[in-house]
Amino acid sequence: MSVEKTRTAVRWRPVRLLYLLTLFFMALTGFGQMPIYNRYYMSDIPGLGWLADFYVTRNIHYIGAVILLGLVFYAAFDFILSSRRQVKLSASAWVRAALLAAVIFSGALIVFKNFPYVHLSDGFIIALDLFHLAAAMAFLAVNCVCLIAKKKWAAAV
Amino acid sequence: MNSLISRRMFLKSGMAAVAGAAATAVPGTQALAANDDRGYLATLIDIRKCIGCEACVEACRETNAAKFPEPAKPFPKMYPSRVKVSDWSEKRDVNDRLTPYNWLFIQRAIVKVNGEDTEITLPRRCMHCVNPPCVKLCPWGSAMQLENGLSRIDPDICLGGSKCKNVCPWDIPQRQTGIGLYLKLLPSLAGNGVMYKCDRCYERIARGEQPACIDACPEDVQTIGPRQDIIARAHAIAKEIGGYVYGEIENGGTNTIYVSPVPFEDLNRAIAQDDGRPHLSPVQDAMADANNLAAAMVMAPVAGIAAATVRFLKARNKAEQHDGRRDG
Repeated sequence: MSVEKTRTAVRWRPVRLLYLLTLFFMALTGFGQMPIYNRYYMSDIPGLGWLADFYVTRNIHYIGAVILLGLVFYAAFDFILSSRRQVKLSASAWVRAALLAAVIFSGALIVFKNFPYVHLSDGFIIALDLFHLAAAMAFLAVNCVCLIAKKKWAAAV
Repeated sequence: MNSLISRRMFLKSGMAAVAGAAATAVPGTQALAANDDRGYLATLIDIRKCIGCEACVEACRETNAAKFPEPAKPFPKMYPSRVKVSDWSEKRDVNDRLTPYNWLFIQRAIVKVNGEDTEITLPRRCMHCVNPPCVKLCPWGSAMQLENGLSRIDPDICLGGSKCKNVCPWDIPQRQTGIGLYLKLLPSLAGNGVMYKCDRCYERIARGEQPACIDACPEDVQTIGPRQDIIARAHAIAKEIGGYVYGEIENGGTNTIYVSPVPFEDLNRAIAQDDGRPHLSPVQDAMADANNLAAAMVMAPVAGIAAATVRFLKARNKAEQHDGRRDG
């Protein structure tokens, strides 16, 4: 591995770690918006009682969204400004980026919906909730496939 | 032991205030046509006037009878076993608490008024929050808020997970097992029926009529109208009688405003509180934390872009310095 590539890998290591941690907690708390953790005893596991508190999981999900937005915009602009000429995105990266964008966009609409005096149509809210869940599950599934198949974001140039 | 003072004596002390309030009263259908700046309707419940006759309770049950659940039995076997069925279909007559068949009940409290033990009665039902957690946090969108600020649950979509009840500061919605969409999905593994609560007679309001409980009340305990007018009236009455207001700021504001001659903390201590019998405690805005965090969500992309730009400029300066040294 070249010195430049090693430097890049080292520089992105904490960002990657934070990204993975954020995704983990967002997925955990996102599924926690459905009443399943108490029903299926997961919140009975010592130390995981908070999973049954919808307000706690909602707040953690929101904090995760703040971190994720910061990371995504940092990575996107770093790519546009600095790495575009040196790094090419792989096909799986485009799929992941598109799914992540769908998750973020639908999540942003849900956050907007939760403000007082905001009225969206009933059908739209149902579609939005289902779309956010489906996009998040597809994003996680594609990431799992990429992990198993060792597909990276960057394609060989 | 102090004897209970009569309802008449209790009301007499507030007569002047009632007369004053009546002068500024907004008649029913006219009030429904009017809107405040947000278009939200609120109900004023003047506790002094309530005689506990339960005419409102009966009117609610009659008007909403067609919406009450008719569950299919036997209920599906639930997994895991901790998931309990909630069956009120054999106890439809219960009217001293909230149930899927009783969306409004009369809560009773014995408190001291002018040194005398006095029975206070007050209608209790969904508070219809301005920013209702039951609606905003429902994972399927089956709870909804109408343009006029009132909230309801769609029985055709609700899966009965009871999250709405968990996030409601007053635990208002009540579940009936054996009915609803979950029966067509995974009845043993997900969902558990349908949640029910006061929908403020939304069809009647849409027709320009008043909710049934208001129409039926012989004492005009409740008044519905634009929220800002209702709050102004509640404060006018409270000022006149040295009374107290509940519901204006609770959970960030509700569309049900109680006015009482007795502090609500006293009433709260005196009422029976358990499942289906909501409290009268102060309530913090349950949605406030998340909405404050949302402001940080707006700043996060800016911070990310700024960090990437700073790194880019630093790298470019370093490269230029490096090139300069090499050229020099």
